[in-house]
Amino acid sequence: MSVVVSSVRTPLITGTKTLHDVSDDICRYVERPPSKSWMVAIALSLATLGFGVYCLYRTLWDGIGVWGLNKTVGWAWDITNFVWWVGIGHAGTLISAILLLFRQKWRMSINRAAEAMTIFAVICAATFPLIHMGRLWLGLYWVLPLPNTFGSLWVNFNSPLLWDVFAITTYFTVSLVFWYLGLIPDFATIRDRAKLPWRKKFYSALSFGWTGKARDWNHYETVALILAGLATPLVLSVHTIVSFDFATSVIPGWHTTIFPPYFVAGAIFSGFAMVLTLLIITRRVFHLENYITLYHMELMNIVIIVTGSIVGIAYITELFMAWYSGVEAEWYAFRNRALGPYWWAYFSMMTCNVVSPQLFWFKPIRRSIVSTFVLSIIVNIGMWFERFVIIVTSLHRDYLPSSWAMFTPTLYDVGDFLLTFGFFFTAFLLFAKFFPVINIAEVKTILKSDSQKS
Amino acid sequence: MDLKKNYLVGVFDDDDVLLNAIPKIRESGIKIEDVYTPFPVHGIEEKLGYKRSKMSVAAFCFGMCGTSFAIWMQTWMLGFDWPMIIGGKNFISAPPFVPVTFELTVLIGSLGMVGTFFVMAGLAPWAKPRIFDLRSTDDKHVMAIDLAANSRSENEIQGMLQSNGAAEVYRKDFED
Repeated sequence: MSVVVSSVRTPLITGTKTLHDVSDDICRYVERPPSKSWMVAIALSLATLGFGVYCLYRTLWDGIGVWGLNKTVGWAWDITNFVWWVGIGHAGTLISAILLLFRQKWRMSINRAAEAMTIFAVICAATFPLIHMGRLWLGLYWVLPLPNTFGSLWVNFNSPLLWDVFAITTYFTVSLVFWYLGLIPDFATIRDRAKLPWRKKFYSALSFGWTGKARDWNHYETVALILAGLATPLVLSVHTIVSFDFATSVIPGWHTTIFPPYFVAGAIFSGFAMVLTLLIITRRVFHLENYITLYHMELMNIVIIVTGSIVGIAYITELFMAWYSGVEAEWYAFRNRALGPYWWAYFSMMTCNVVSPQLFWFKPIRRSIVSTFVLSIIVNIGMWFERFVIIVTSLHRDYLPSSWAMFTPTLYDVGDFLLTFGFFFTAFLLFAKFFPVINIAEVKTILKSDSQKS
Repeated sequence: MDLKKNYLVGVFDDDDVLLNAIPKIRESGIKIEDVYTPFPVHGIEEKLGYKRSKMSVAAFCFGMCGTSFAIWMQTWMLGFDWPMIIGGKNFISAPPFVPVTFELTVLIGSLGMVGTFFVMAGLAPWAKPRIFDLRSTDDKHVMAIDLAANSRSENEIQGMLQSNGAAEVYRKDFED
């Protein structure tokens, strides 16, 4: 085979790889014993998780009174964390579903890790509303349309909180199925390479007996395409419905029709930032620089500029409408956000989400690993503050000045947040060790058009 | 009855060579059992004479089941079984039922379709697949020809495979 390099298109996979190299490069880390850095990382994650589990235990044993909530601020870190994690969970299915429909081939080397991230982030998100119900184990059936207290009173289908239950459950299930479907051919690759009997058995079960028959591929591709078609409106619906939790209320600062598109853009914005944070580490640790190239990062940074700018416009529109509406309470809520006692949170949000992504207009910043890494973390800090600003500053000064209050987080607010971090990184590290972090079969389809012609 | 299955296996290095070989082999009257490829080779299903996948029909039917179930569930629970006054609104009204209806359509549609696919392709954790060549999930395209289904002799088929670009041809027998 002679090697032809396209002069028109930027190659997606560099280093003129053969099909066998792709299997080798990606399976190598699954087959090797774990590295020292992986052991250190998982130890740290497990320690964080352990501390989180302790805080969760105290939260459940003593009740959510251990949180810093008070009479006026009835929602704070818990729902902030919930919305933040759900937002992060938007990138994976967006990358694999929407970019599949748009035939964007650059998604192929990043979709696997992004989807895994989505699944873990959604689990983290779901933890908070469940803890908030006070009894985690009861929360699991309270939310389902089962007769209440086993009598015959049903859940309220007019409530956006119940829509959330359906949206998040569906999103989680469909993302999991989509992710697993993609993993099946790659598990078969690991199975057929395996020398150790336990590994052969383990991946044989995971691969569901996949052999790569042309007949199966034919159905498989159709199934993936239809799943993408179903998942596309689903991705957009999830954060729309999360925003309804606020938008359908009558609290000044929440009661705005701009919320659905604004939340969806913010979700994609923070999701891509988290994908970048994780992928920059993953490509370095697993030496995948030929698969996740600077070109991939640049494209993701462009998505960040676009969604970051939409978020910026939304902030300004919201502010303008609060003034233009002439509603005194609404205008006060916004003045209080920017100039009240929580001005620093508003200022952090504005700087991190509106100003910092604009730096990506400069090509050297967009193509630098260090600046991308730093900015991706800044964006996620900003997006956390966005939710904090929306939730806490809208609540802390309500209609009665005598009940105005400030919110101070306690150890358990922080600890329950750390719980999800511990879980997220533990799960991601286990995924990166035992599962192929890049979609092997899909990447093989783009090798030829990239670098080789027979 | 002889339970042995005898196959001739042709191994191809390149997908374009494989795509050119398939019609020639089929035209000469040889029946191909199936081709095993490490990645989806586009256009192979036409050359092998496979019809377009009808998974979309399954997705549509299951999706419709989801829609009807969601509408029935919400209407019956809130409208008939235990009507509740919530904010003075109608017991049955369409707008608040839209989100749950949409989500259940997607949920049941996708699970139903993927379930159908798994059942049709015989994919399950306990499945014991017939693997012709371990390299078919790595970098080789493997064509399996059932000798019992073909009237041509083994040598003729072997010659046909080789002249159409198969890098290796060998015989593989299975006990069942």
